Amino acid sequence: MPVKQASNHNAQGSLELDMLRSVFKRIYKDRVTFISLIILVGLYVAIAVADILAPYSENWFDRSLAKAPPTPVYFLDENGSPSWPYVFRYERRFDPATFTQQYLPNTDQKYYLHFFVQGEPYRLFGMIPGNIHLFGVDKPGQISLLGNDINGRDIFSRMWFGGQVSLTIGFLALFVVFPIGMIYGGIAGYFGGRIDDLMMRFAEIIMSIPSFFLLISLAAILPPGLPSSQRFGLVVVILAFIGWAGISRVIRGMVLAIKREEFVESSRAIGLNAFWIIVRHILPQTTSYLLVALTLSVPGYILAESSLSFLGLGIQQPDASWGNMLQEAQDVSNIIERPLMLMPGFLIFLAVLSFNVVGDAVRDILDPKSALRR
Amino acid sequence: MSIPIYILKRLLAAIPTMVIISMISFFMMRYDFTIGPVDIPTGGGQAIHLMDAVRIKNPINPLAGIEGNPQISEAAKAHARHMMGLDQPMYVQYWRWVTNLFDFHPGQLARGSFAGFWTPSLGTTFSGEDVIDILIERGRNTLLLNVVVLMFSWLIAIPLGIHAALHWRSMTDRMMTVLAAVGMSFPSFVLALILAVFAVQTNLFPLGGLYSEHFASLNIFQKIIDVAQHLTLPAVVLTIGALASIQRQMRGNLLDVLAAEYVRTARAKGLPEHKVIYKHAVRTAINPLVTMMGYELAGLLGGAILVEKVLNYPGLGQLAYKAAIETDTNLVMATLMTAALLLIVGNLLADILLKVIDPRIELE
Repeated sequence: MPVKQASNHNAQGSLELDMLRSVFKRIYKDRVTFISLIILVGLYVAIAVADILAPYSENWFDRSLAKAPPTPVYFLDENGSPSWPYVFRYERRFDPATFTQQYLPNTDQKYYLHFFVQGEPYRLFGMIPGNIHLFGVDKPGQISLLGNDINGRDIFSRMWFGGQVSLTIGFLALFVVFPIGMIYGGIAGYFGGRIDDLMMRFAEIIMSIPSFFLLISLAAILPPGLPSSQRFGLVVVILAFIGWAGISRVIRGMVLAIKREEFVESSRAIGLNAFWIIVRHILPQTTSYLLVALTLSVPGYILAESSLSFLGLGIQQPDASWGNMLQEAQDVSNIIERPLMLMPGFLIFLAVLSFNVVGDAVRDILDPKSALRR
Repeated sequence: MSIPIYILKRLLAAIPTMVIISMISFFMMRYDFTIGPVDIPTGGGQAIHLMDAVRIKNPINPLAGIEGNPQISEAAKAHARHMMGLDQPMYVQYWRWVTNLFDFHPGQLARGSFAGFWTPSLGTTFSGEDVIDILIERGRNTLLLNVVVLMFSWLIAIPLGIHAALHWRSMTDRMMTVLAAVGMSFPSFVLALILAVFAVQTNLFPLGGLYSEHFASLNIFQKIIDVAQHLTLPAVVLTIGALASIQRQMRGNLLDVLAAEYVRTARAKGLPEHKVIYKHAVRTAINPLVTMMGYELAGLLGGAILVEKVLNYPGLGQLAYKAAIETDTNLVMATLMTAALLLIVGNLLADILLKVIDPRIELE
């Protein structure tokens, strides 16, 4: 008996492996999907090594550079011949005639661009100490490719640190949402009857509140002044709270069908307890649906987090996230002066688009019927 | 089941939903609760510490202005608290809210006055305004915006979807697929920001509000044009967001239907192609979209919060945001319930519409 069980498990394991392999094969063949996957991998690598990629740390600031426009990088020297790229330092001038402040490059001193320069110390992945940055200029020269924000922080650097939050929070929320949704739906579907009615009624009530309304109300009751790690955790919990109902309903529908199969009956006959049957025998049957739902719901969570932070209810300053970096853009005059500050918005778009494309591909592979529509 | 009875049944079924939503929103805003600590056990008695316990408490006291004032006597403060019911337990406070909403005066009815029979009250906001008044005004604006968006997105997306399906894998189809993917992925608030810049730079459209300052002095046609101008920006942002999914859905449905047997039969018996498509295929393909309308409404209402905030449109979403930021309990309850009610009614209308356009469907 144990031998047979083991072989059965092996068969299932290789089946899943085959599934994954076919997914990757198909993705490799489809050019658009492959490019999207490359973009995603690129984004995740970039945020993983944000400390190296960014010339400055997340909270580095220079008040004299508040709202400074992007630093132009010059490739030609004053005579028009090619030169090693260099920048000029900005100097702030107040124009009493127009009551505006202007940033003019001080052309007395060139600061050459260097690669792999020593800069602010950091701990890569929170462990490996280092101080090498991909590029930078000598002090007191300063380079910010996308300009500086209202506090004089470098937008380009913060964009990668913001990505660390924006691109991971969705996944973390999924890891909370899916287990809850699966177990809730599994229990409702397996037991059926009154339990099912009651549980599904509650899920429907949660679903009948437009989710973003619930999201902002929940986010607003978080006490102010929380440490950023706790805030992060609670935003994950809140994002999870609005997502579980939809998943549980689909899972319940699938479980209703699966529980009539013979293997469920036999495991009940040998006296396994209900929870074990649900978790070990029924829920694994829903894997392919879950894989599709997982990839297709990541973009939703990325958008939800950035929207929440954009409204000032998610990740709070001074921590960066793509949403709260755009908060400054709520003042239209800021965008007109420095349009490049919308760059985090473009990255949100890029990430969401890539996830959608990859998600569609995964769905077409695992659910061939839907592929006909492409 | 006839349609009126069906409507009545669905509305009755919505009552417990509304009651529970009101409870959830009330206790969410009022109740002190503690979350955490959260640890992930990694086996061997060890655990990764994720977060400490956090006490969540309504941070804004509606009487904060009085409580901090040393010149007001303790007795007066206690009286104010008593008047607002803040010294009562949570469930008593909730019950007060319910009785205020269902404030019936049968005596008035006997005197022949319907207006006095039911005087519902959802309480006042922190700034002392009547919640119902604001809600009616904002709800009306949001309804206007959503109806305009739904109408335009359907009028544009359905023909585009049909065209794409009929010219499957043609150049235009591919282009629309790409555009739809872009449209679905573009964050609505970034689009709103870009359009706001456009409005400011070109001065073509007014930014913010629903009426111009001199609205009262305009005649009826000028009024309509004025409102239309103010509606344009938020409507464009939300329509672009909604277009993509409807177009894709329509295209997919029609492709499925075109492969069905009865379409082949219709062609085989010699029907002209336009009749095959518009009388047989499109009518069937459109049905699932009608059901989807309810979900669309949910997305629209949610997306409207951001768009209304960025473009300063005086709708329900902006009200909900203000309520949430100020943790104004009465206003949060009212906005959450109104949004849910809009969604429930929207779904109901979609189901009835489906019954009207497809007589095969049985209401149950």
